[in-house]
Amino acid sequence: MEIEFIAGHNLYWIISLLLLVGLYGMLAKRNLVKKLVGMNIFQTSIILFYVAIASKKKATVPVIDAALGSVDPAHYINPLPHTLMLTAIVVSVATTGVGFALLISIFRRYGTLDEDTLLKRMR
Amino acid sequence: MIEANLPLLVPLTFLILALLIPLIGVRVPGAAYPLALAAVLASIPMAGFGLFRVIEGGPVTYTLGGWEAPVGIELVLDPLASFLTLVVTVVSCLVLIHARHVASVEHPDKRVPYYSLVLLLLAGFCGILSTGDLFNLYVFLEISSLAGYGLVAIGDKRSPVAAYRYLILGSVGTGFYLLGIGFIYVMSGSLNMADLARILPHILDQPPVLSGLILMVTGIGLKMALFPLHFWLPDAYSSASSATSALLAPLGTKVGAYILIRVLFFVFDPAEVEQRVPIASVIAWLSAAGVLYGSLMALAQQELKRMLAYSSVAQIGYIGLGLGMANPLGFTGAVLHILNHAFMKAALFLVAGNLRVKVGHSNIADMDQRLSRQMPWSMAALVVAALSMIGLPPTAGFFSKWYLVLGGIQGSDWVFVAVILLGGLLNAIYFFRVVERVYLPFRKGSSDHAAADGVQEVVESREVRLSMLAPTLVLAGGLLVLGLASSFLVNRVIQLMIPPGL
Amino acid sequence: MNDLSTYPSAVPLLAILVSAASVPLIGISARRPNLREFWTLLAAGAKFALVLSLLPSALVSRAAETRLFQISPGIDLTLRADPFGVFFALIASGLWILTSFYSIGYVRGLKEKHQTRYFASFALCLSATLGVAFAANLLTFVIFFEILTISTYPLVIHKQTPEAIAAGRKYLAFTLTAGVVLVAAMAATLQLTGTLEFQAGGLSALEDLSPVEVKILFGMFLAGVGVKAAIMPLHAWLPAAMAAPTPVSALLHAVAVVKSGVFGVFRVVGFVFGPETLSRYGLNEVMLWLAGSTILLASCLAFSEDNLKRRLAYSTVGHLSYVVLGAALLSPSGLIGGLLHIANHATMKIVLFFCAGAIYVNAHKEKISELDGIGRAMPWTMGAFALASLGLAGVPPVNGFVSKWYLGLGALEAGSVAVLSILLISGLLNAGYFVPIVYRAFFKQSEKFRSIGEASAWMVVPLILAAGLSALLGLMPDRFFHFFTLAQQIAAQVLEVSIP
Repeated sequence: MEIEFIAGHNLYWIISLLLLVGLYGMLAKRNLVKKLVGMNIFQTSIILFYVAIASKKKATVPVIDAALGSVDPAHYINPLPHTLMLTAIVVSVATTGVGFALLISIFRRYGTLDEDTLLKRMR
Repeated sequence: MIEANLPLLVPLTFLILALLIPLIGVRVPGAAYPLALAAVLASIPMAGFGLFRVIEGGPVTYTLGGWEAPVGIELVLDPLASFLTLVVTVVSCLVLIHARHVASVEHPDKRVPYYSLVLLLLAGFCGILSTGDLFNLYVFLEISSLAGYGLVAIGDKRSPVAAYRYLILGSVGTGFYLLGIGFIYVMSGSLNMADLARILPHILDQPPVLSGLILMVTGIGLKMALFPLHFWLPDAYSSASSATSALLAPLGTKVGAYILIRVLFFVFDPAEVEQRVPIASVIAWLSAAGVLYGSLMALAQQELKRMLAYSSVAQIGYIGLGLGMANPLGFTGAVLHILNHAFMKAALFLVAGNLRVKVGHSNIADMDQRLSRQMPWSMAALVVAALSMIGLPPTAGFFSKWYLVLGGIQGSDWVFVAVILLGGLLNAIYFFRVVERVYLPFRKGSSDHAAADGVQEVVESREVRLSMLAPTLVLAGGLLVLGLASSFLVNRVIQLMIPPGL
Repeated sequence: MNDLSTYPSAVPLLAILVSAASVPLIGISARRPNLREFWTLLAAGAKFALVLSLLPSALVSRAAETRLFQISPGIDLTLRADPFGVFFALIASGLWILTSFYSIGYVRGLKEKHQTRYFASFALCLSATLGVAFAANLLTFVIFFEILTISTYPLVIHKQTPEAIAAGRKYLAFTLTAGVVLVAAMAATLQLTGTLEFQAGGLSALEDLSPVEVKILFGMFLAGVGVKAAIMPLHAWLPAAMAAPTPVSALLHAVAVVKSGVFGVFRVVGFVFGPETLSRYGLNEVMLWLAGSTILLASCLAFSEDNLKRRLAYSTVGHLSYVVLGAALLSPSGLIGGLLHIANHATMKIVLFFCAGAIYVNAHKEKISELDGIGRAMPWTMGAFALASLGLAGVPPVNGFVSKWYLGLGALEAGSVAVLSILLISGLLNAGYFVPIVYRAFFKQSEKFRSIGEASAWMVVPLILAAGLSALLGLMPDRFFHFFTLAQQIAAQVLEVSIP
C-alpha cells in the first residue's frame, strides 16, 4: 500500500521535488540570478502539475475526431489546464523579464549581483 | 445597456489607457498625466454608479465573450466588490492628483512609464475586485503585481533591490495561490467562484481541497503582508518614490485582504472549514501578533515612511483580526478598516511626500518645530490622520476599532480585544513622537529654546502647492466625514456584504 | 414627578457648537487680539445664555433633546439636557465667562506666546465639556470625553518647556489608557445588555448578568472615568498638569476636565449601574474606600507641597473624591451633597487658582514659602483666597459648608461613622494646609512686595466675582441657579424615590 502510493504518484513526487528545489533557490541562494533561476524552476513545477492533472490514459488531444465515434469526454484530455498554463507561462516569462530588468539596474548601480556584497554596498 | 457591462467598465478603462499612454507618451510625454488622470476621473462615476446599481438591484454579472459560467469567465459586481472598486478609484484619484508634482520632482525622466504602470496596477486591482473566477483572479493579481514591481523600482537608489525582493517573494505568493487553485480544480472541476461555493460543501472532507485552501491562504497572506509574511513590505514601501508608496500602501495590501475575504468567506464556508482546519483562528492569532509586532517595529523606526510601512503591517493585522473572528461584527470592522485605513495611510504618505518635496527628507529625528509653521496645513493633516490611526473619536479610525472590539467581545475573544486596544495605545506613542517633534521645541538643551523662540519670527511659508495640498486635506477631512458617516455606511452598504456563512 | 419627559430641541446642540464655531473665527483673527478675544467672550456669553435657557424646563423634569444621526447600529448621537446635564453645563459654561476675562488679563500680563492656539483650544474644550454634560448615551459620552482629552493636550503643553512636555506625555498616557479601558467597558456593556442609553436608576438589563461580569465591568468603568476624576492611584497626571498656564488649571483642572471625570462617575453610578446593583454586590463599599483614602492621602500630600499650584492640585484630588464619596453613599443627602460639591468646589477652587495666577503674573512667585506679606500688597486677591480656602475647609457661611453638611448627613443616613470621621478629619487637614498660606500672606512681614500692587482689573474682578459667588451660594444655595433643586431632582431620579 505504502509503496504503491509512493510509486503510483511518482510524477507528483518529482513535481514536489522541483517545487522545493525552486523554493530553495529563491530563498536561500545568495546570488540574485540564481534566485531568478529558482523562481523559474518553481513556476515550471506548478505548470507541470497542471499539465499532469489534465492527462488521461488512452486519451487524445481535445479535437473532436470522427474516428473515435461518439463524443465521449473520456477519450479526450481535459484542455482547460493546458490553456490556463499558456497564460501562466506568459506570466512567468513576463516576471522573468521584469526580474532581469531589475537585475541589470541593480548591477549598474552597485556593480554586483551577490546579495552579501550588495548589502554591504547599500549601507 | 451600460448596466450589463458595469463589471467590465472600470478595469477595461484602466487597461486601455495603460496601453495607450506609452504609445502616445513616446511622442508627447506631456500627455501621459492628463490621460492617466482622465482615466481615473472617468472611473469614479462608473464605480459610483456600479455601487449604486448593485445596492439597488443586486449583483451584476457580465460573461466574457458570451460564454456562460461555469464554462466561461464571468465578472461579478457584488456589494463588496463594487464598494472596494469605488474606494480604489477615489483614493487613487486623489493620490494621482498629488503625484503629478512629486513625480516631476522625484523621477522627472520616468513619468510616462510611471503613469502607465499606475494604470496597469489599477487595472489589476479593479480586475481582481470584479472577477468571479479564481484563475482570472490570478491573472489580474499578476498584472497588478508586475506593475507593482515596476513602480517600486522607480524610486531612490536602493529601489531596484527592494523591487527585486518584492518580485521574488511576490512570485512565491502568487505561485502558492496558483498551486492552491490547481488542487481545488482537480477535486471540483470548476474555477468559477459561485459554482465552487455550491460544489465545495460536498467535497470539503477531501484532503486536497483543504491543502489547496491552505496553499491559497499562504499565497494571499504573502501578497497582503500578513504577519509573519510581511518582510518584503517595509523595504518596498520606503524605497519606492513617494508617489508610488502613497498608492501601494493604502491599496495594495487591501486588495490582498479582499482576496482573502473572497476565498475564505464566499468560496468556502468559514464555519465548515473551521471544523476541519482552524484557518480563521490561525489568521486571527497571527494578525494579533502582527498588530503588536508592527506597532513595536514602527516605534523603533527613524524614518517616517518606514514607520508608516511598519504601521501598515499592524493595520493589516487589524483587518486580519476582524476577518479571523469570523463573526458579522468583526467582518464589518474589517471591511470598515479597509476603507478607513486606505484613507488614513494615503493621507499620511501624502504628508510624507509633501515633506520629501519641500524639506528633502522625512527623517523623524531631523524634524523640528519649524515644520509646523512652514507647512501648517500638511501638519494639521498629519495630526488628524494620526488621531484616526490611534482610534480617537470622532475620526474614522475609532469606528472601525469600535466594531472590531464589539466583534471580539461577541466571540468572547478577550485577548483580541486587549490586542486591539493595546495596539491603539502603541499607535499613540509612535505618532505622538512625530507630532511632538513637529509642534514642540526640541529638547536638547536650553540653548535650543532660544533657537526655537527665535524661529518664530523668521519662518517663511514652505507649504506645498495646491495640487498637492488639496488631496492631502481632502483625505484628512474625509477621515472626519467617514467617521461620522460610518453608521450610514455600515447600514446601507456593509450590511449587504456580510457573507451568508457568518 | 420624577419621570423625565423629553422634547425635541436644537438648543443642546447649539450650546455645544457655539464655542466650536468660535474656533475658526479665533483662528482668522489671530493678528487682531482684541477682535479674537471678543469672539471668545461672545461665545462664552452665548453659551451660558443657551444653557441657562434650558434650566426652566429641566427644573420641571422636561429635558430638551437633540437626536442627531446614527453613529453605530441602534445608537444615535443624542444630546439630552436632563437636570444633571444642565447642572454640570451651567457650572462649566458660567465659569468659562469668568475664566475668559481672567485669561485675557493673564496671557497679556505674561505676554504668552501662541495666544491664538490657547484661546482656540479653550473654546474646543468647552464644547467637549458640554458634550459630556449633555450626552444621552455612553457612546456619545465617550466620544466627547475623548475629544476633551485631545483638546486639552495643547493647553497642558502650552508653555513648551521640557517640564510641560513631560507633563503632556504623562497626561496623555493616563487619559488615553483610560479612554481605551472605557471603550472596552462600553463595548462589553453593549454586548451584554444591548443598550448604552443612560437610565436613571441603572440599566435594568444588568440584573441578568453574573456577579463576576458586573464586578469586572464596574471596575473597568471606574478605571475609565476615574483617571479624569483623579481617584488615587490614578491621579498622578493632575499635579503634573499644573505645568499648564494658570487659567487652564483653573477652569480645566478644577472645573471642566476633572469634573467631567466625577460627572462620569456619577453617570456610571446613577445611570448605568444604579444604586441597587451597586449595593447588591458591595461595589459602593469599594468606592467608599477608594474615595476615603484618596481624600486623606491627598490632603496629607498637599501639606508637603511648597509649590502653590501643586498644593491646590492635591487639594483638588481630595475634593474630587468628596464627590465620588457622595455618589458612593447612595443615600439621598449623600448624593445631594456630592452633586452640590461639584458646583461648590468649582467656584472655590477657581478662586484659588485665579489667585495663584494673579500672584504669578504680578510677583512671579510660585512657592508658598515666598509669599510672606503678599496680603498687604494684594489685599483683594488674598482676601478672596482666604475666603475660598476657608470654604474648602468647610467653614460656614461659604458654600463648601453646605455640601459638606449634606455629605455628613448622607454618611449618617448610610450609617457610616467612618465616612463621617473622614469628612471631619479632612476638614481639619484642609484648614491645616490652607491657613498657613493666609497667615504668611497677611501676618508675616516682608519687604519684597513693597513695589507691587493689585493685578489688573481683568484678573481681579473675575476673581472677586467668583469669591462672591461662593459666599452667596453658601448663604442661599438655591437662589441663583437652583443648584439645590436640581441636585434634589437628580438624587430623586437616581434613587427612584421622592425627596421633599
